[in-house]
Amino acid sequence: MALELFRIDDRLIHGQVVVGWGQPFGIGFIVLVDDEVADSDWEQELYRMGVPPGMDLFFDTVESAARRLPMYREDRRTGMLLTGEISTMRRLVDAAPGIDAVTVGGVHHKPGRTARLRYVFLTAGEAQQLHALADAGVRITAQDVPNAPPIALDDFLSGDGTG
Amino acid sequence: MNESRRAVIAGHGEFAKGVISAVEQITGLGELFVPVSNTGLSPQGMDQRLREALEGSGARVIFTDLPAGSCTMAARRIARTDPGLVVVTGAALPTVLAWACGCDTAEAVERGHESLKLVEGAGGA
Repeated sequence: MALELFRIDDRLIHGQVVVGWGQPFGIGFIVLVDDEVADSDWEQELYRMGVPPGMDLFFDTVESAARRLPMYREDRRTGMLLTGEISTMRRLVDAAPGIDAVTVGGVHHKPGRTARLRYVFLTAGEAQQLHALADAGVRITAQDVPNAPPIALDDFLSGDGTG
Repeated sequence: MNESRRAVIAGHGEFAKGVISAVEQITGLGELFVPVSNTGLSPQGMDQRLREALEGSGARVIFTDLPAGSCTMAARRIARTDPGLVVVTGAALPTVLAWACGCDTAEAVERGHESLKLVEGAGGA
């Protein structure tokens, strides 16, 4: 099955990921790509305690993830790769060709961001980064839970936060 | 009110309000709890909301729903620098009720464990 889901989600390991996606898709491993978490034993332990038995959790920097992506793709289990920031996913796509689809699962409110969907808030710069990913050939959709329909990039960028 | 007997309940959606309304209906002790929902909050927003709930109530216990949930992650981050703070994950009504009725957190967790049972009917499942 290999690495099938590339998701941007500022909550990283949380209920939607572990239960909402993890159970119906039979996620066997998660690759958490975050330079700060990869450098913090405490943060890694925090996230490890959030995953159920039988689900492996790997921590990578962007650089190490790009290097190890072929290994993750060869894993026979279904996997999900997570970044908390759009910029992190963009760096990974630049460093590791072949990522053809990315899901925006949750980017929540912060000062400077405006609502696009109820779970997607973006600055103008973040919207531009998503456009840049799309221009590079990556299919960008927004989808918080498996039962929700994926929303195309142009549709959610023009949203007002109510969708 | 004894502030040391106050707690924050944090979870997905309306989980906290629902549990508190049930505690109130059963015991009249709903006022012991402060509800916090993670709906629409970033990790930073969740941290801020939890800290406000703790500071506003004097609570020293946080009950959360999912061990993997963003509420739990935020609560554990706060507890890291606040050693007196207790976080109980996977909380449901029996645990919260036991605590409301005077059990300490360890006893309340045990009540929660004891309450989880599989009751098989005639058809099984």
